[in-house]
Amino acid sequence: MSARTSARVIEHVVCSFCGCLCDDIIVEVDEGEITRVRKACASGRGLFTRYDPTPRQPTVDGQEVDWKEAIAEAARILDEANSPLIYGLSSTATEAQRKAVALADKLGAMIDTTSSICHGPTDLAMQAVGEPTCTLGEVRNRADLLVFWGCNPAVSHIRHFARYSVMPKGTLTPNGRRDRTVVVVDVRPTSSTQAADLFLQVQPGADFEVLSALRALLREKEIEAETMGGVPTAHLQEMAERMRTCRFGVAFMGMGLTQSRGRDLNVSELFTLVAELNQYTRFCVIPMRGHGNVAGADQVLTWQSGYPFAVSFARGYPRYGPGEFSTVDVLARAEADAALILASDPVAHFPRVAAQQLERIPTIVLDPNRNLTTQVARVVFPTACYGVDAAGTAYRMDGVPIRLRPVLPTVRPTDAEILDQIIETVQQC
Amino acid sequence: MLGILNGRVYDPLNEVRGDIRDIWIKDGQIAPPEEVSREEAEIIDATGLVVMPGGVDIHSHVVGAKVNSGRKFRPEDHRDHVRARTSFTRSGSGYTVPTTHLTGYLYAEMGYTTVMEAATAPLVARHTHEELEDTPILDIGAFITMGNNHFIMQSIRDGEREKARDYVGWLLGATKGYAIKIVNPGGVENWKWGQNVSELDDEVIGFGVTPRQIVTTLAWINDELGLPHVPHIHGLNLGQSGNARTTIETIEALEGRRAHLCHLQFLSYAGDRGKRPRSGAAEVARAVNEHPNVTADVGQIVFGEATTMTSDGPLQYRLRQLTGHKWLNDDVEGETGGGVVPVLYKRKNLFNAVQWITGMELFLLIDDPWRVFLTTDHPNAGPFFRYPHVISLLMDRDARAEAFERLPSRARKDVLLAELDREYTLYEIAIITRAGTARALGLKNKGHLGAGADADVTIYADLDNKEEMFAHPRYVLKNGEIVVRDGRLIQERPGRTLHVAPGYDPAIEADLRTHFEACYTISFDNYPVASEYLAQGEEIPCGCV
Repeated sequence: MSARTSARVIEHVVCSFCGCLCDDIIVEVDEGEITRVRKACASGRGLFTRYDPTPRQPTVDGQEVDWKEAIAEAARILDEANSPLIYGLSSTATEAQRKAVALADKLGAMIDTTSSICHGPTDLAMQAVGEPTCTLGEVRNRADLLVFWGCNPAVSHIRHFARYSVMPKGTLTPNGRRDRTVVVVDVRPTSSTQAADLFLQVQPGADFEVLSALRALLREKEIEAETMGGVPTAHLQEMAERMRTCRFGVAFMGMGLTQSRGRDLNVSELFTLVAELNQYTRFCVIPMRGHGNVAGADQVLTWQSGYPFAVSFARGYPRYGPGEFSTVDVLARAEADAALILASDPVAHFPRVAAQQLERIPTIVLDPNRNLTTQVARVVFPTACYGVDAAGTAYRMDGVPIRLRPVLPTVRPTDAEILDQIIETVQQC
Repeated sequence: MLGILNGRVYDPLNEVRGDIRDIWIKDGQIAPPEEVSREEAEIIDATGLVVMPGGVDIHSHVVGAKVNSGRKFRPEDHRDHVRARTSFTRSGSGYTVPTTHLTGYLYAEMGYTTVMEAATAPLVARHTHEELEDTPILDIGAFITMGNNHFIMQSIRDGEREKARDYVGWLLGATKGYAIKIVNPGGVENWKWGQNVSELDDEVIGFGVTPRQIVTTLAWINDELGLPHVPHIHGLNLGQSGNARTTIETIEALEGRRAHLCHLQFLSYAGDRGKRPRSGAAEVARAVNEHPNVTADVGQIVFGEATTMTSDGPLQYRLRQLTGHKWLNDDVEGETGGGVVPVLYKRKNLFNAVQWITGMELFLLIDDPWRVFLTTDHPNAGPFFRYPHVISLLMDRDARAEAFERLPSRARKDVLLAELDREYTLYEIAIITRAGTARALGLKNKGHLGAGADADVTIYADLDNKEEMFAHPRYVLKNGEIVVRDGRLIQERPGRTLHVAPGYDPAIEADLRTHFEACYTISFDNYPVASEYLAQGEEIPCGCV
């Protein structure tokens, strides 16, 4: 093939930025460069246009080395560690996630995903009370009542309203927006509340109370208080009635529930409310998973270890320990003596005490881009970006797996390839 | 090359009934003796041992979205059931819902080498294939749920069954599936309205078609496409008293077309709906005996922990209401639904005792072992590694009587099982666990030890204790390689994905593009599972149309 390739338009491209995994993106490529990205939101466009696919050498202590040397150094760090930690996983493909869990198993390491600082409480709630859910197409085709609780899709999942929930026309919702009632529940007005028919403003930390009140009202219990968690009881009564009488209701929930007071108990209460609504009508819940393949990370860890996050292989078999093996806790207690960070930037997001520990221990990073964590890492592998210049698989927030197809030729090594070589090089624990 | 010498061979497809034979293996297949150089062959002395083809499970839930949800929401199932990694195997956990690698090891250690994943929703078939890549040793095919599929129901409504046929052909290829699965036809769609179906002529809301039309159309399609297996049917009213009647009506509705009825135990109860159940096995077994076009697997209850998981959404909700347990529901757009609920089968529970009796009676009252197969509908009626226990009950009427005596007296009153003294022979066990299932699945290279068969072989010690005998085979060979020796796994090999690629009129794809744009949230072009997920795929040919 000649060096000069003609411009081409690639359709049905999947954007792996967030848990929506929109698969209708149109990308134009000319001479090996992305020249235009259509249909994507601002975040999604950035995924394609801000990434520089030029191959870079890996570094050890900031010095460029060849790949073999970097693999050897990474393996040496992991072999010498007594209690290594593997963290991240949510912005890479399942092909790499599978290798990451295999590496953790071989090393006897702890492995954890970004779920542990995000929807980990959602996983705990699901394990406590179950989860009545559905795919996003059921929302598009059936849902006439949408409740967004503690989430702000207008900012975090920009095309969610347009593609999956509020706007789209479906088989039972031929008029799109006009066939739906949209309720937002949050502690303050957000960009998403502008799209709502009804906004319930809850006092910070009072979600559990409000959810309990809705469960009680659904059972036709009298509530004497005039307000519950800052919401007038009359409004809650109306809301309970709306939920009970809709045709097909769907609740979307986010970190407003998982990371506020009550955490998994808030989510359990919502999931229980949704389950109980099925005595009267059909109602489902879908967690608004954030990163492009964080749902896949849950899936892979579960099929290989039995548990979705916070797993330790130190005893030779998988053990589950949110709070014990979750990364922030492990780092804050200085229990890990080496870390491999896969497709994540914990230094930018962790509490200071945990982030600082990552600077103290030898850290290995696999990431397509430079970030705060690569700056403190001992070994950095600049890998390909799945969905831009590498093929792979990702799971949408509703568990639908989608093939990520590259729009650029794969020149850089992938996360899966690097992890495979590390697995081959390290000693069996 | 490998020789298994002087073993007592049970190979029902070749009518070998416990004769002393030598089995020769070359290039992963059973070979005629003259093609093997005996000096170079590794020899297994099977003197005094029992040799059978590797086990073939016709219905088990082992991989995919629903199974993984079951794993994820049952940490309590895994904590006490773990396996540590070794130099060549992965670690794992789980009792009723084991992790993928552990599932492969446990099946292989029990002498099973082929398993059918019983229900994959088309939209998430890619997930099933990803898990298959992490499930070692076993050859696995996936059944694709179609009994509540919008495109199929629309085609039936419009009197265009040829369209439905071409769609099914396309869909099996697009999902890399193995067979047509029908689960509560129409009932799962109605569940999306909070309802169900209870009769074959009930209406599916919004489509104006009936469960009867769905079943008969898919049975016709199956024959038209020449699929190796038959439509695999989970019928109406599963778990309800009185469902024996709808089961028999379903058999009759087939009008002679071939079909397989899965976990028949759950669908063979007499008594009035909503009232105390009784075994309806006698009536159902009679119908099966009278209809040579149907096969069945039993779905035998084993007392203890289980995890129910089906595509039958309304059933799973009913189980939640009955047990009060945590409940997982997953409605899949335009295709199907499903759910997961943990259960504990208790010997002292009257209903569970009736379920146990019903399963046993089906085994003993269906005359032809080529048409009734051993399953526990894993993990719905109990985990697959309890098969040896069920075998021990089938082979020993005293053991059965002893187990029967331990049931509550109310369950034992006026029960036919007390009078049934049939005992399965080893030859019949070989039929209901491999030869018969391989034949029903249309797997010509499985379930037998004739020349050209895949060299999947299980060698058992000949013990009086049948449970021990079948739980811990001495040797298990997969594609001619010894994977289990002296009851211990000695190597891990990749398993294969068994799939079909039926012919269809490609003109259907234009209709499907329109259908996808109207109903789906994923584009038509991104839907099919491509060959990159089938590193170890094996296409099983379809017959001529």
